Amino acid sequence: MLDLVLSYLDLITEENIWYVITTLFFVLLITLPLFGAVAYLTLAERKVIGWMQLRHGPLYTGWWGIGQPIADAIKLMFKEPTIPEKSNLIVYILAPVMVLVPAVVAWAVIPFDANWVLADINLGVVYLMAVSSLGVYGILMAGWASNSKYPFLGAVRSGAQMVSYEVSMGLCLLSVILLAGSMNLSEIVLAQQGMWNAVTLFPMFIVFLISILAETNRAPFDLPEAEAELVAGYNVEYGSMPFAMFFLGEYANMILMSAFASIMFLGGWLPPLDIWPLNLIPGIFWFFGKIAAVLFFFLWARATLPRFRYDQLMRLGWKVLLPFTLLWLVGQAFIMKLMQVGWV
Amino acid sequence: MLADLLFLLFSSVLLIAALGVITAKNPMHCVLFMILSFFNAAGLFILLGAEFLGLLLVMVYVGAIAVMFLFIVMTIDIDFAVLKGKNTNIVPMGILVSAVLLLELIAGAWGGMFHTPQQQTKPVMQEENAQILGEVLFTDYVVPFQGAAIILLIAMVGAIVLTHRRRSGVKRQDITKQIQRKKSDCMIVTEPPAKSGVAAAYFVGKGVEK
Repeated sequence: MLDLVLSYLDLITEENIWYVITTLFFVLLITLPLFGAVAYLTLAERKVIGWMQLRHGPLYTGWWGIGQPIADAIKLMFKEPTIPEKSNLIVYILAPVMVLVPAVVAWAVIPFDANWVLADINLGVVYLMAVSSLGVYGILMAGWASNSKYPFLGAVRSGAQMVSYEVSMGLCLLSVILLAGSMNLSEIVLAQQGMWNAVTLFPMFIVFLISILAETNRAPFDLPEAEAELVAGYNVEYGSMPFAMFFLGEYANMILMSAFASIMFLGGWLPPLDIWPLNLIPGIFWFFGKIAAVLFFFLWARATLPRFRYDQLMRLGWKVLLPFTLLWLVGQAFIMKLMQVGWV
Repeated sequence: MLADLLFLLFSSVLLIAALGVITAKNPMHCVLFMILSFFNAAGLFILLGAEFLGLLLVMVYVGAIAVMFLFIVMTIDIDFAVLKGKNTNIVPMGILVSAVLLLELIAGAWGGMFHTPQQQTKPVMQEENAQILGEVLFTDYVVPFQGAAIILLIAMVGAIVLTHRRRSGVKRQDITKQIQRKKSDCMIVTEPPAKSGVAAAYFVGKGVEK
């Protein structure tokens, strides 16, 4: 037994230590800006929705409201965390973690620029799908462990909603994989050099945008936290940092899904056209610009559209989007095969 | 070396979680333990070089099927007092079933059912996991594959047919009906004479029952 433990000491070599340190550095390089972006996404949301409703949004914390996210964070940190007496303690505490962790872990496979990727795995798309499907557990666990009516209803709604829309989202991704012939995210981006998938697969792009709205529980599909019916849904019983973690997770998920949409449909780090002034700009700026554009779509949808009724949401997912994406996928595969053979 | 360490981690957590599934008092905890064990099994798959299978396990089992399990356990009303009370009626049956299973497993192990040749345990298809899997599925095993698909389809249709029935006394939303409704179908504008109350205003809805 001791020999076994001692044999593991051989793992501690200079090379391995250096590898761990560089990987940790890259992890921090991705996560710290991500949390910064999450904080300022909340400010952007309040500003954008404010302007759309002819208001100013936050103005008084720092210049132009720029200190608002920091003030919010400090406020939430110093609030008292409460735990309901009849709650299920371990699950109750684990739930916010289960929301936040998948939203951060998924960033490992996102390519920010050509060869700028932490883990360049061949199954990037499947990994992203697998990890993003874990987020639902946090919400279900929170709703159940709170042992209270409204969180429970919110969690049940959310579980059904996220599972339903994952199906059509997966089919959209399959059509992109079919076109690119690879599941590696970098190769999918490079396959869009001639034309973005958003153009060739325009209807699927729209379905994907609708599905990511539903996946991240954002308006108009924010039924899990419909404040009018459910007070606020699954997070009612939470306060302080656990509550903040739900929101960190939700916003990190929004950014993740925007990045996913940019990679799959909007050509990732590639400029729209490979011509002179455009290809001078580094790829990472194009990528961030595209993420920002999709995020703006999220906020725009929230400011514009009224909330769906629950049965309408299910109907849209199962009876409209699912048959459509299925038919499209079969048709696309058929046409691609015909082109391969040379009949079209 | 590192793979051994990870194997130790995944397999021990898997066993502990599996033990938790059968020992936890609260059914909800059982399901959560089951999810943990799925997750660790996926880790083992990835360790063996079957990344696609591992990720698929997370996506399908953890991401969809276990959610349904959790969903059902959450929504049915379980009386913990009854569950905790020792129900000894089923113990002999349980012992019988597990004994049979144990004997089968031992017999299988004795007969070399779980013995894999050494070279096969090495990651054989590291590069294009999914591609090779697809090629095998759609050429050599196309008939069993399609058969499994048809059985799943039948099961799906069967589940819907068994549970989907039109009950009376339930108000249903019929979207086409709602959209086709016109103002004249459900609204009349009258000018009832003063002091005669609602007697003069009668309702003549066409599509709507009184």
